[in-house]
Amino acid sequence: MTPATLYGLCSAVLVGAGLYGALVNPQPLRKILALNLLGSGTFLLFGVIARRGAAAGLGGDPVPQAMVITGIVVAFSATALAVALLLRVYQETGRTTLEQPAPKDVV
Amino acid sequence: MIAHAALLVLAIILPAAGVVLALAAGGRGAERVAMAVIAGGAAIALAIAGTLWTTGAPLSYVIGGWAPPLGIALRADGLSAFLLLTSALVIGAIGLFARATYVQPAGTPERRAPLVFWIMLMGVWTGLNAVWLAGDLFSLYVALELLTFSAVPLVSLEGKPETLAAALRYMLFALIGSILYLLGCALLYGGYGTLDIVLLSRLARPEPVVFVALALMTAGLAAKTALFPLHLWLPPAHAGAPAAASALLSALVVKGSFILTVRLWFDALPGIAGGGAAQFMAALGSAAIIVGSVLALRQARLKLMIAYSTVAQIGYLFFLFPLAGAAGDWERLAWTGGIMQLVAHAVAKAAMFMAAGLIGEALGHDRIAGFAGLGRSLPVVMFAFGLAGMSLMGLPPSGGFVAKAMLLTASIGEGQWWWAVVIMIGGLLAAGYMFRVLTPALAGGAAPVILAARISSARQAIVLGLAICALLLGLMPLRPSALLEVGRTMQAAEVK
Repeated sequence: MTPATLYGLCSAVLVGAGLYGALVNPQPLRKILALNLLGSGTFLLFGVIARRGAAAGLGGDPVPQAMVITGIVVAFSATALAVALLLRVYQETGRTTLEQPAPKDVV
Repeated sequence: MIAHAALLVLAIILPAAGVVLALAAGGRGAERVAMAVIAGGAAIALAIAGTLWTTGAPLSYVIGGWAPPLGIALRADGLSAFLLLTSALVIGAIGLFARATYVQPAGTPERRAPLVFWIMLMGVWTGLNAVWLAGDLFSLYVALELLTFSAVPLVSLEGKPETLAAALRYMLFALIGSILYLLGCALLYGGYGTLDIVLLSRLARPEPVVFVALALMTAGLAAKTALFPLHLWLPPAHAGAPAAASALLSALVVKGSFILTVRLWFDALPGIAGGGAAQFMAALGSAAIIVGSVLALRQARLKLMIAYSTVAQIGYLFFLFPLAGAAGDWERLAWTGGIMQLVAHAVAKAAMFMAAGLIGEALGHDRIAGFAGLGRSLPVVMFAFGLAGMSLMGLPPSGGFVAKAMLLTASIGEGQWWWAVVIMIGGLLAAGYMFRVLTPALAGGAAPVILAARISSARQAIVLGLAICALLLGLMPLRPSALLEVGRTMQAAEVK
């Protein structure tokens, strides 16, 4: 098994675990953490692709690496925004769940 | 041509510069910056559409002179021109409408909401224009994220607990969607070494890596577009936001991820997904129409009703996938019909949410049960609401009628009559929820309702103007639009 395959499998495991966590956990904070796991799996996949697509004499294809940097910045800001929203929800309601949605006004 | 192509860069740079300038100018200056950006942005959209109209050829701009696959290209085809014009019109109306709400009077302490509103308005516009023009899948990812990050704060602009929860729920759905999309990008890059749409369309073959990537990306984008059954976040988010923000979110923001799906299916990976997948997408769209409309019928609050109607109207867009896939005459009609549905819904829904905002301000509530006699107290607003409703129902002459008639004709012409049945049922249900509001407002009540607040006639005129635009779209001829096919005919022919 080449290192690229091994890392590819690792990324698949991370993506699977992250997706499972994001879908199954009802707690928003856990969802945010699971989404970060999912993101890490994706970034690792970009790394694997960069390594596999390396031209002669280079350590890796630079284009996926540039994408990963952008992706990490975006994921970081997304996490910050989501956590800030969750903190505000906690300050306003004292809860960290989304269990009680807006009152349903149904005829 | 280079000078014209530079307009594509300007269309993205101008609102982005507006965001930075508004931040520097602070609460009092932000509104003026936004007004200047709206005027400039409208001029740029008109110039791009005019160039495409006169030359009949798509525009493209290679950033920094680095050609794809290493560099990034911006491209404007007929679809981009339609979308640029629609967003300029709707954002312009929303900006003028919001001036009364988000003012910062001299001599009073600065409030946070006006500054945030104007900055996020221009942020949304930057994201939208980038989605309309980006030529590669990774730039589209960045554009989509910009759109989401600007849209989420608009939901919780008022800071009420339930809107904060709605914003967080929206954010979580959007995050899952964007990461799945990015994962698909990684797989496609791994498979073909490029994410440029034109290069990818030449390289991609029907093989497992493309199927997995397309499935992941479509699922992610469907979550962002609120396609049934991933629509749960939309009604509380769109109904809870302030009127101007609801109009922006419902009219334009959900269309960003939809157009990305269209670019993916029709431009980047044409003919990859089989007929079964396209039928499945339209089946989900049909379910959205039925479920969204029935839930809209059952709402007691006006804004929630309009939000569920958005869920339903988004469903029609997904008829594009089975109906517009090939290069025949019916397919061309379906293509124009599907895009017209997007444009007509954007204009009508923005007018409707703003009318609902004025009704809410005037009455102090938006319970439909309290609307009897409202037509006498707020005649202009109710008239605008009714005109926008005509477009949603698909009554002639309105943009919604033209769009739905084209989709209906195309579905019968292509022998897929079952979508025609759904379109007709959807129209009837839309009439149901519209008349639930219009009948008591226009016919009920012996005396005019006492209004809690006065509504300035300028704001009523803006809503009416946008509703009339939704009606005027109905003057479009019932045939494939030449502008909309700029840059498309060649690719469509390749598919066949």
